[in-house]
Amino acid sequence: MNNIFVYCEIEDGQVADVSLELLTKGRKLANEINCKLEAAVIGHKLEGIEKQLFPFGVDILHLADEPRLAPYTTLPHCEVIVKLFEKIKPEVAIFGATSVGRDLAPRVASYLKCGLTADCTSLVFGDHKETKTGKEYKNLLYQIRPAFGGNIIATIINPDTRPQMATVREGVMKKEIYNEDHKGTIKKIKLDEVLRDELFPVQIVERHIEKQKVNIKSSQIIISGGYGVGSKENFDMLFELAEVLGGEVGGSRAAVDAGFVDHARQVGQTGVTVRPKLYIACGISGAVQHTAGMSESAKIIAINNDPKAPINQIADYSIIGNIEDIIPKMIKFYKKNTK
Amino acid sequence: MSFRIIVLAKQVPDTRNVGKDAMKADGTVNRGALPAIFNPEDLHALEQALRIKELRKDVEIILLTMGPPRAADIIREALYRGADKGYLITDRKFAGSDTLATSYVLSLAVKKLEPYHLVIAGRQAIDGDTAQVGPQVGEKLRLPQVTYCEEIQNISQKEITIKRRLERGVETVTSPIPTLITVHSSAASCRPRNARLLMQYKHARTVSELQEETKDYTEMLTNKPYLRIDEWGVADLDAKVEQLGISGSPTKVKKIENVVFAAKESVVLSSDNKDIDQLMKDLIESHVIG
Ligand SMILES: Cc1cc2nc3c(=O)[nH]c(=O)nc-3n(C[C@H](O)[C@H](O)[C@H](O)COP(=O)(O)OP(=O)(O)OC[C@H]3O[C@@H](n4cnc5c(N)ncnc54)[C@H](O)[C@@H]3O)c2cc1C
Repeated sequence: MNNIFVYCEIEDGQVADVSLELLTKGRKLANEINCKLEAAVIGHKLEGIEKQLFPFGVDILHLADEPRLAPYTTLPHCEVIVKLFEKIKPEVAIFGATSVGRDLAPRVASYLKCGLTADCTSLVFGDHKETKTGKEYKNLLYQIRPAFGGNIIATIINPDTRPQMATVREGVMKKEIYNEDHKGTIKKIKLDEVLRDELFPVQIVERHIEKQKVNIKSSQIIISGGYGVGSKENFDMLFELAEVLGGEVGGSRAAVDAGFVDHARQVGQTGVTVRPKLYIACGISGAVQHTAGMSESAKIIAINNDPKAPINQIADYSIIGNIEDIIPKMIKFYKKNTK
Repeated sequence: MSFRIIVLAKQVPDTRNVGKDAMKADGTVNRGALPAIFNPEDLHALEQALRIKELRKDVEIILLTMGPPRAADIIREALYRGADKGYLITDRKFAGSDTLATSYVLSLAVKKLEPYHLVIAGRQAIDGDTAQVGPQVGEKLRLPQVTYCEEIQNISQKEITIKRRLERGVETVTSPIPTLITVHSSAASCRPRNARLLMQYKHARTVSELQEETKDYTEMLTNKPYLRIDEWGVADLDAKVEQLGISGSPTKVKKIENVVFAAKESVVLSSDNKDIDQLMKDLIESHVIG
């Protein structure tokens, strides 16, 4: 059986969150069809990088370590990946839908003449029967994504080309350690034959990248807490729900002022504006300065013990009751229904 | 020898402004009712080309668009803003092409226009948001690529310097020419139509459009050959049919579900187990979570 592959991005020696999220997904997919999880890191000074990756269930880690491979440029990374794919022939290959992944994956797919689906929100295995030929396929990757400005949800498949390639945005999949003691094997990619000089036409002159800090803007699911959450300790419940759903935690100004949560997470007029596909407002009254920063969310759930709270007017679902009671139930029933 | 810039552009349904008339009774989008527009980031791409034309006198801008006959509209839009020429790449056999098949066709068209210096496209089109066609055309032409261009900072006959907009920052790179560039929406917006060019090109027509016209264009075209917009099909591009349309597209659409937009009517729930259980089921089912 051919394996599941994840391209891992690094910045300053840290594996990107999106890559860890994809490994979590990749591990689950691999278990489902009984194959291995392979990953590659391409860059420079990669000693010890496996310590960050093996706990996420990587079985085979391919490393390409050379000064000219960091920071990322398109052609050498593309060349390393296509040569690797020609050898290991993955069944599925997933890339982050990041500045890097969206630059690299299409180039790789074009070279290998493979299908590629951008910005998937869900990846599951399923069967398929070709209506014309009657040919049947087992365990094809269903690549599910919104299209048409979010007005339709499409399920895309690549019946006949391998790898089945997809990109996924940061924050869409959950990040979960598979097993702290999981050990994989490292395979060093031989670069002498791969890296020819003509792969380096593009030269980086200058680069300013901010450290990866809390950035709730890019998250598709935001669990936001207000003054009604009551304490810093109670916010832990929101962090737990966010982790389970693969989202981020936000807050109202009253919650930030009370010291329940960091300012970087404040949503609203004097905080960040967010448009996630799901916004859960917990113990937030719904002042205009707050709703200015979140009213364009695709779905809004309000949890408030006051049925008259203004937030209920813009919510798709209003749950009337206490945070302490409702959040643990959401976690419990989410887990039950996704088993 | 002139400095030739090829701009790739697409006509797209305006998915950003799905108004009431574009909604069907069941709450799904009536795609036919959406206005067709010049893909926004492709306009940013055109602007970058126009700026180079202001810097150097020898620049020739050619717009390529692949699509149905009515996509000729965006060629005219480009001519009104300062493009020199446009080609409509159209053929029934192109229908159903995914990004791989599309980039194959576009790369054949670009090759027909050799020698060129730059290929500039928008980062992505709003109907699919894939951002794949640019890099895939680059691969097929074996060109270097510089994606997410925010500003062209310097350009000579041999090299171009570009500032790129990344998720968490910016990067400045140099690339030899020829190269392929995709332009980000943070780059300068496209200038409006120019009144003189509008007068000059308003009668620009494709061959298929001329067949529909009641007026006789023969004399006008003889005097003003620049009003003729050429169309390229499978035969003109010498394209391999198995690499086109559905057969040339490795990705297949298995299922399309319309997202139903209902008026905002809040569902009020209690904290009972039953309510929360049902809510989580609904959210998972509608792909909001899970
Ligand atoms: C210039 C200016 C700029 C501002 N900018 C921002 C901004 O960017 N972002 C922002 O958020 N605010 C901003 N504000 C403040 C804003 O006006 C509100 O004061 C603030 O949003 C209120 O926060 P809250 O909803 O968390 O608190 P409250 O208004 O105190 O609401 C708490 C809510 O929790 C509910 N509750 C209490 N206990 C529970 C429980 N156990 N379970 C469930 N529900 C419970 C209550 O019923 C109530 O609805 C700004 C104000 C000004 C003047």
